[in-house]
Amino acid sequence: MITHFLMNGLDARVRIALVVIVAIAILVPASNLLLPPSSPFHVPTYLVTLFGKYATYAVLALALDLVWGYCGILSLGHGAFFALGGYAMGMYLMRQIGTRGVYGNPILPDFMVFLNWKELPWYWYGFDHFAFAMVMVVLVPGILAFVFGWFAFRSRVTGVYLSIITQALTYALLLAFFRNDMGFGGNNGLTDFKDIVGFNVQAQGTRASLFALSCLLVAAGLVLTAAIVNSKLGKVLIAIRDAESRTRFIGYRVATYKTFVFTVSAMLAGLAGALYVPQVGIINPSEFSPGNSIEAVIWVAVGGRGTLVGAIVGAVAVNWGKTWFTGVLPSFWLFALGGLFVLVTLFLPKGIVGTWSEWRAKRRAAPPADATPAPAE
Amino acid sequence: MHATVRRLARSALLILALLTALPVLTTVARAQDISGALAKLTTDSYADTVEAIGQLAASGHPRAAAIVQGIQDGKLEFDAASKTVALRTAAGLVDAAKGEALASPPAGLSPVRANNRVRGVLAAAMGSLTLMSPDPAKRREAAEAVYKSRDAGALATLEAAIPKEADTRVRAAFDAARAAIVLYKTDATEDARVAASEVLKARGDQDAVATLRGLPGDTPKRVRDAAEGAAKAIETSLAMWASVQNAVYGVSLGSVLLLAAIGLAITFGVMGIINMAHGEMVMLGAYTTFVVQEVIRTHAPGLFDWSLAIAIPLAFLVSGAVGVAIERTIIRFLYGRPLETLLATWGLSLILQQTVRTIFGANNREVGAPSWMSGSFEFGNLTMTWGRLWIVVFAMAVFVGLIMILKKTPAGLQMRAVTQNRAMASAMGIRTPFVDALTFGLGCGIAGIAGVALSQIDNVSPNLGQSYIIDSFMVVVFGGVGNLWGTLVGALTLGVVNKFLEPFAGAVLGKILVLVFIILFIQKRPRGLFALKGRAVDA
Repeated sequence: MITHFLMNGLDARVRIALVVIVAIAILVPASNLLLPPSSPFHVPTYLVTLFGKYATYAVLALALDLVWGYCGILSLGHGAFFALGGYAMGMYLMRQIGTRGVYGNPILPDFMVFLNWKELPWYWYGFDHFAFAMVMVVLVPGILAFVFGWFAFRSRVTGVYLSIITQALTYALLLAFFRNDMGFGGNNGLTDFKDIVGFNVQAQGTRASLFALSCLLVAAGLVLTAAIVNSKLGKVLIAIRDAESRTRFIGYRVATYKTFVFTVSAMLAGLAGALYVPQVGIINPSEFSPGNSIEAVIWVAVGGRGTLVGAIVGAVAVNWGKTWFTGVLPSFWLFALGGLFVLVTLFLPKGIVGTWSEWRAKRRAAPPADATPAPAE
Repeated sequence: MHATVRRLARSALLILALLTALPVLTTVARAQDISGALAKLTTDSYADTVEAIGQLAASGHPRAAAIVQGIQDGKLEFDAASKTVALRTAAGLVDAAKGEALASPPAGLSPVRANNRVRGVLAAAMGSLTLMSPDPAKRREAAEAVYKSRDAGALATLEAAIPKEADTRVRAAFDAARAAIVLYKTDATEDARVAASEVLKARGDQDAVATLRGLPGDTPKRVRDAAEGAAKAIETSLAMWASVQNAVYGVSLGSVLLLAAIGLAITFGVMGIINMAHGEMVMLGAYTTFVVQEVIRTHAPGLFDWSLAIAIPLAFLVSGAVGVAIERTIIRFLYGRPLETLLATWGLSLILQQTVRTIFGANNREVGAPSWMSGSFEFGNLTMTWGRLWIVVFAMAVFVGLIMILKKTPAGLQMRAVTQNRAMASAMGIRTPFVDALTFGLGCGIAGIAGVALSQIDNVSPNLGQSYIIDSFMVVVFGGVGNLWGTLVGALTLGVVNKFLEPFAGAVLGKILVLVFIILFIQKRPRGLFALKGRAVDA
């Protein structure tokens, strides 16, 4: 049945993307681990980690595209869910350090010993178990999104108001996590990780596995979001995006649909954050900064809003550009990013993927029936 | 001992009075006074030393304090044969009376010794020497020291000094010190002690409460009750002043928020444009102030006090021009697409920040305060800087000016017409694109003016604007979009609430609580405090 869904339930674009992603998930780690460094096809470990990071960004972009592209909810605070997932993973990794920390305390992480704390705060209990931490990775962003969405969508906070309060949400969390009293390492965050489920996080094999896992998460996220948007539920979401009041008057409970899709999206973002942290080796409050969340929006806009595959393309392309620019012309990256924001909104409102499918549809001289409906906003 | 001190103090005052009356004779009189005392220090007798210290304290000689201090530190040395008294300093031996280095120090120098009796006299002499100091700040400091130590030995000196004291603040400090001593003096009459607690009540600070509450258990009940009553009264008045201070500081913070948000109230509130580059307009205004001050510093230093007045119109023009350029090149293509506008202007804000960083560098730039804005003044128990007060005044002036422009000028009428009904306004012959550019330029120009004011209280760096953008949006959304009065009320409310939360929640937590409050508030009233009434379903 799953095979049937994968073959028929998804459109061609998603199927092609899935094949490519799974191929990358297998080939890149294989070339990194099996080929000798002298081989021209060998992928160095630093690149594997870098691409792994891009993959987690791609999942965040997918999550954002689900709410923005298909339901018209422009969240400027999705970075908060990403960071919360990251913190949950970071807490697990901190507990795995054990006595190898600077102060050698078997229970307390270094920063707590440094702050003279005597015992572990209650909310750190359980994070020494991997399974518990993984549940929290999904649950914490999910509950926050559910509560936030429950209030916001029932009160019919929409459009720019919603964008601004999501930004305030991530800003409030940024300020909160900067405080040492919160018990999340304050300004420095959580870092200096050693092991993940018994494997050294620095080891080549672990990094390759994390990369493969990140790619598989992209694939899984793509299947999940494609399944949602292609279902009947997805049709209602698109209806809400294009004419919210009309959908409400027809009899759909708009708030319930929005809360559901917002919560799912936040959980996906949390998972992405959880895979991000072991690969970059640190999580600190700056992940909550409103700028990060807006940057994620531009990935989706560049790739093509409401196309799913476009979100992945955009996240990888923009971040690759960022890596390249900061290496070659560091002071020009912000010009480039700022210019990208302006140019994409003015000249490429459908993004790379959207524009490309439009162009292809035109070339076939067929009515653009399969083209993505233009997001009306 | 008390009698001695009192006598000493009286003679000291007499001499002081003489010295001020007859400045010509001072050098002669001092030289005579001190030489006798110094001679007594060379006899190596405790009785003579005590007498010498008394004479020194009474002499008013400029070196007296140094010599007494020298005895206290064991650094004053003498030679009985040559009658030399010398002070051992880091630079070597100096003549005690003249303060000059000794040309040929005698061989057999030995320190002036002190026993407990000498030490007691020394402390009192030091106290009275500083209580008699010609510098009011020193006198006040000495009175504070006596207040803290409650040394009964200083009572006589104080009582002598109080009637002569002309400076009211020093006088109050003297009174409080005397009262503190009397309150704790077990042999004073109950009436005197009760009166002392009243004096302490007038002092009215946390120290006075501690002094009043610190009375030992065997104190007569009447005195204790009077002290407790005074302490309670002080606490009530302190709590009241704390509220007043919170309110005043809150209004000050609120005016800063108002300045930052009021331009946004035009662009977002009236036109509905989400201008994420609003903070950068503020930043441009601050940098304009910096450039104006640099030019003034190099070309016309005399105009420095006018630098802000010159910067205000320039900042309005710079930010306004940038605003008009943004509206003409980007925003006009995005009307009706608020989320796209948000993204494009965010991109613009990055570009503007990086441009400023490239030109002026990433570091904070120094913007000076004109003389009429620096310093502070006291009002009752609270201290307020002139800069803060001027910002409150300035924010109100900008607010009133903006209301006037919108309500009383033809341009304002056109702006309101276009924002209320674009098609109708256009049909009436108003050039709507021109008015759009004008309105957006006005909002940005106001932000530039805000930058001039904020440059006085914040670091002028490329990130200046970012720290205000979220707060500004909160203010506008909280106050109600499209309503300038709402922005005023919103800014002041948030400022005051923030300051009242700070004492028990801390600055950061207070800010978080305010953000959470606004998020919840928007759920309840999605259109803000003062929503425009309308019948539109999709506003």
